[in-house]
Amino acid sequence: MTESSPQQPDRIRISGGRVVDPANKVDAVLDVHIADGKIAAVGAPPDGFEAGHDIDASGRIVCPGLIDLCARTREPGQEHKATIASESLAAACGGITTLCCPPDTQPVVETPADIELIRLRAEAAGKTRIVTLGALTRGLDGEYLSEMAALKKAGCVGVSNALRPLANTLVQRRALEYAATFDLTVFLYANDHWLSADGCAHEGKVATRMGLTGIPEAAETAAIARDLALVEQTGVRAHFCRVSSARAAQMVARAQFDGLPVTADVAIPYLYLTEIDIRGFDSNCHVIPPLRTTEDRQRLRDAVQRGIFSAICSDHQPHDPDAKLRPFPSTEPGISGLDSLLPLGLRLVDEQVMGLDELIQRLTAGPAQILGLPCGTLAVGNTADICIFDPELTWQLDPSTIKSHGHNTPFMGWELKGRVTHTLLAGRLVHAL
Amino acid sequence: MNTASLQLDARGRLKHFLCIEGLNRQLLTEILDTAESFAGVTEQTVKKVPLLRGKTIVNLFFEASTRTRTTFELAAKRLSADVLNINITQSSTVKGETLLDTLRNLEAMHVDMFVVRHNDSGAAHFIASHVAPHVSVINAGDGRHSHPTQALLDVFTIRRTKGPDFGRLRVAIVGDILHSRVARSQIHALNLLNTGDVRIVAPRTLVPAHAESLGVHVYHDLEAGIEGADVIIMLRLQRERMQGALLPSEHEYYELFGVTEEKLAVARPDVTIMHPGPINRGVEMDSEVADGSRSVILEQVTHGIAVRMAVMSMAMHHHKESKA
Repeated sequence: MTESSPQQPDRIRISGGRVVDPANKVDAVLDVHIADGKIAAVGAPPDGFEAGHDIDASGRIVCPGLIDLCARTREPGQEHKATIASESLAAACGGITTLCCPPDTQPVVETPADIELIRLRAEAAGKTRIVTLGALTRGLDGEYLSEMAALKKAGCVGVSNALRPLANTLVQRRALEYAATFDLTVFLYANDHWLSADGCAHEGKVATRMGLTGIPEAAETAAIARDLALVEQTGVRAHFCRVSSARAAQMVARAQFDGLPVTADVAIPYLYLTEIDIRGFDSNCHVIPPLRTTEDRQRLRDAVQRGIFSAICSDHQPHDPDAKLRPFPSTEPGISGLDSLLPLGLRLVDEQVMGLDELIQRLTAGPAQILGLPCGTLAVGNTADICIFDPELTWQLDPSTIKSHGHNTPFMGWELKGRVTHTLLAGRLVHAL
Repeated sequence: MNTASLQLDARGRLKHFLCIEGLNRQLLTEILDTAESFAGVTEQTVKKVPLLRGKTIVNLFFEASTRTRTTFELAAKRLSADVLNINITQSSTVKGETLLDTLRNLEAMHVDMFVVRHNDSGAAHFIASHVAPHVSVINAGDGRHSHPTQALLDVFTIRRTKGPDFGRLRVAIVGDILHSRVARSQIHALNLLNTGDVRIVAPRTLVPAHAESLGVHVYHDLEAGIEGADVIIMLRLQRERMQGALLPSEHEYYELFGVTEEKLAVARPDVTIMHPGPINRGVEMDSEVADGSRSVILEQVTHGIAVRMAVMSMAMHHHKESKA
């Protein structure tokens, strides 16, 4: 996809930056040369290369544009919360060049026209690339299969029933088999809807004290056990979205060890927050799946480091203020996360949870592989989606700096280190600080 | 901000009354002592004191209640306040007005205090964090979280019956702990008063996860749980929970956890029987127990008025001072 605009030079040189490209095992100070929206060379310039624009990246890190496995733009259907235009801008400012949206928009993404609409709006916004998951079942009703072949042809990168339940295990089996027919990855939220019922917090000491209806760990592990059995049965490629508990991570690790075609991700808030953060009924910490224990958080961090989770996503869910201005159980779950994805990630490096190359891998090549997309690397010839950031620049996430329309984040007011200075989408500068 | 710090001012006095957690023993005792002085008032022929004259108190009930709302109303009237009762049923929610809008509208009528009952845990906390600075919020029950005035009237009743030394008492709370805001508040209040042994007694389906972390001993057998008890507090078992996945039947519950004179033989002879009401006779307990000489169930209701007068006057007192 070439998105070069006539106002911008075709040839750009990014000079003097530390290039971190885990997919190609590159970590060195190198120049990156871009021509016609693609990576022309990393290191010495190609013969006769003359840059129309030079970006000085000295002291900065140059990496592939970030790929966020789960972000809701709220369009179509909930434009009072956010729009494709508003969230594309937030993504670009956060160094994110590809967003993957789950199908639970209004209407749900279940026809080629729905996918087309989102793609056109994203192209009109011109700030980030948006790819979509198609509905696994019609209207996400959990009963009838969607037209997956048509969805795939229209460009969906996988299928999912998002947070909605499937009617029964037979429907699930058939849905997985049908998806496998077309080599579609199924994105599963491991949640037993009977066990989680109307819960809004991890079933543990904090929920007991606060009188909040709990969601037991077994809501996740029972579902994973069932899903894994069906993955084995059907041979489908499955991706577990937003794993939240230590035991679930262990089950995924075991399945990977056994050779099942399963991947998994974690959303970044779960690597920082725990059930303790909901004390005081902070509705910004109301998320599904719920924040679990300190022990779970530690194990999730280990699992990202070990690569059991090959992606870290924002699980971006922007809300209008009213959605959170209610008593805790009645608030809408979710955190607005595009703005803080990279800086919170960098904090994991600061806290020595993982190396910088590992972090960048989980934010670029890792998710690209899950989505089956050729992006996420700076390989010569690849589309030039690039994120340049200053790892030392500190800034505060506050209502004046946040770009997303959703201000619902428990990280509001945090001092963050590391800020994106430039974002290039297909060789076009879409953000400069 | 957590609930505990939200309800106290910088000098550690009541600004709102949202939950027992976060109070210290001194403040709890002060409330009980104040209630003691009001108990005298309620027994006089002229049952009024002018402490809250000219103040407007709104009973904002999003959930049905008779006892709690009535005793709050009486308490407010005995303090000479003007009282407005607003019952917001499900249908009003359907009309689309948000809780915050309801609140703003009432605030515009220059209300001084909200007494709130709501089916969401954290509702009173939410309201307290959004009201104008001069308005006090008293929690009359939020979801499964807290019902602090009920817990106060219970410990007030125990103090009157058993004396001020809670250290030598064994108190057993029997029934649906899982769904009970009353139980949670009682447990905190009893622990704050250093009660020797606080027990909960229920089948596993009605005990919340990690219940022992609340500071109780957990029993699943009634007779073991009430053995040697000085006080037994029974909780109401809501009818809709008697059948289905939590309990097989009313009958089996009564057989196993219903308190009868016969089963009481293992408790101390002077055991005090309590219940926050309304009672399901023949489910939680026998009529013989409910109406027996060891039952203080009706005293609890009477004490509710004095305790609520204490809480309302103390929270309002703070505002008088903070304005001056």
